[in-house]
Amino acid sequence: MSVREVRLSTTPTPEAIADLRLGDVVYLDGLMYTAREGVYMRALEDRANIPMELPAESAANFHCSPAARINADGSFDMGAVTATASFRFAKWLPEWMEKSGAKLIVGKGGMTSKDYKSYFVPNGAIYLSTVGYGTGALLGRGVEKVEAVHWNKELGLAQAMWVIRCNKMGPFIVASDLDGDCLFERENARIAESGAVQAAYAGTKPAVLKRYGESDDRSDEVI
Amino acid sequence: MTETPLALLESTAETLMDKAAIEIPQDYLDGLQAAADDEDGDLSSFVLKAMLENYEAAKEDRRAMCGDTGVPRWFVKMGNEARVEGGMCALEDALRRATAKATNGVPLRPNRVHPLWRTDHDNNCGIGAPEIEYAFEPEGDWIDLITVHKGGLFGTDYRMLFPSDGIQGIKRFYLDSLMAFGKRGLACQPAIIGIGLGGSKDICMTLGKRASVLRTVGSKNPDPRIAELEAEFKELGNSIGMGAMGFVGKNMVVQCNIEVGYCHTGGMPMSVHAFCLSSRRAVARIWPDGRVEYRTDPDWFTPYMRREGVEWAPRVEAAE
Repeated sequence: MSVREVRLSTTPTPEAIADLRLGDVVYLDGLMYTAREGVYMRALEDRANIPMELPAESAANFHCSPAARINADGSFDMGAVTATASFRFAKWLPEWMEKSGAKLIVGKGGMTSKDYKSYFVPNGAIYLSTVGYGTGALLGRGVEKVEAVHWNKELGLAQAMWVIRCNKMGPFIVASDLDGDCLFERENARIAESGAVQAAYAGTKPAVLKRYGESDDRSDEVI
Repeated sequence: MTETPLALLESTAETLMDKAAIEIPQDYLDGLQAAADDEDGDLSSFVLKAMLENYEAAKEDRRAMCGDTGVPRWFVKMGNEARVEGGMCALEDALRRATAKATNGVPLRPNRVHPLWRTDHDNNCGIGAPEIEYAFEPEGDWIDLITVHKGGLFGTDYRMLFPSDGIQGIKRFYLDSLMAFGKRGLACQPAIIGIGLGGSKDICMTLGKRASVLRTVGSKNPDPRIAELEAEFKELGNSIGMGAMGFVGKNMVVQCNIEVGYCHTGGMPMSVHAFCLSSRRAVARIWPDGRVEYRTDPDWFTPYMRREGVEWAPRVEAAE
């Protein structure tokens, strides 16, 4: 089976989003901004004004800190860009999506189908995963220009809001669709159905000394 | 006894930072190519192909292979006769300067922050960062500088097992680690899995970490029974039906390295570490006469490093 490749705008139409299928490979064109815990906390908890017109300028939120520098003359150099794991941002995403109008959440490893169904689908949004992970050099090639860096002083280079112009930036993989289905959960289920995991575990036994977490009942002993 | 010039150590360290971030080591590349050749999961095949293209793009453009450039750290190994101009504290300054300079120069991502206050100096230096660890060899006036830029978040776990847990308990914890961090590809597999067995708790973690980052793909533990376990564990890890990014596939483990240390008689501590698709390591040997040789095999675990006796046997024999 070959994978289907799609070019997609970072301000995509509802039709373009509806056309995407789990496992499609996507290349992005247009403006994309990075936002992770630092930006979310500043925008949502400290109520700072978001320094961009969202979603008119961009509806694509990248969970990313680039390997980049700000030069003495104020220009930027961006080498490699790779996403960071998105599940940690579920706390802020519903409010962020409402506020920013983001339609594409781009990151590492996706969210749960529960997240997709509860706030991605109602907002007409889907999730794109980076590939690998670690196609940082390929993604770096897709950065035509760094347009701006916001909140660098407040948040540091890694947490700042980088605004990048993408030119066929990719590859990304469609990891959720407008039904709220999750590519990673589909793959987990296929692996579970194959019986390979049970076969690998055959004959192994649980550790003699248990840990809390394996039992959440603190009246239990761990021996 | 001639001292090794500090400026040469610092400039070599800067070059190493650049090489580690940009050039995938050949042993890992060969391992991943073999994985790509036999992978039949459609999505995981696509991922491995993209990774192979990515390594080429990084080298062509001289840009970091991954946007998360890990947490740079240093391993310094010295022959017993080696001396550093200005002393060891001068060397530590030089390694910290090289780390800071390369962070801006390559550029790398400034990943290092204070754990509570999230202070970021934008240079990968701070309290305890970069880590600098030392080891020695009985012969030689050379200094090996080894830098490793390992990812810092997923794929590692520790557990105190006991002799009654046995090999089956070790297998269970190994598989649990692969399952926990393999799903959705959090471990950025296929990875070099390092397993530390024994030692004190802290050394158990150190052994596993070093097994993953300081041994190459294709290496074997010199104890033939441990080498057998390494091969068996590689196969076992690749039999769970999971590949790159946690997609259906059969390549989770490029290599499994096991290192052991003597532990408390009642225990069998175990750690598991995953060195990811961007297995960044670079090594240089520097001699006091100014020669520098670059390589990618740290050659850390020598017979001397794994010695069991009270004294290093060849030295005792020489004295007799």
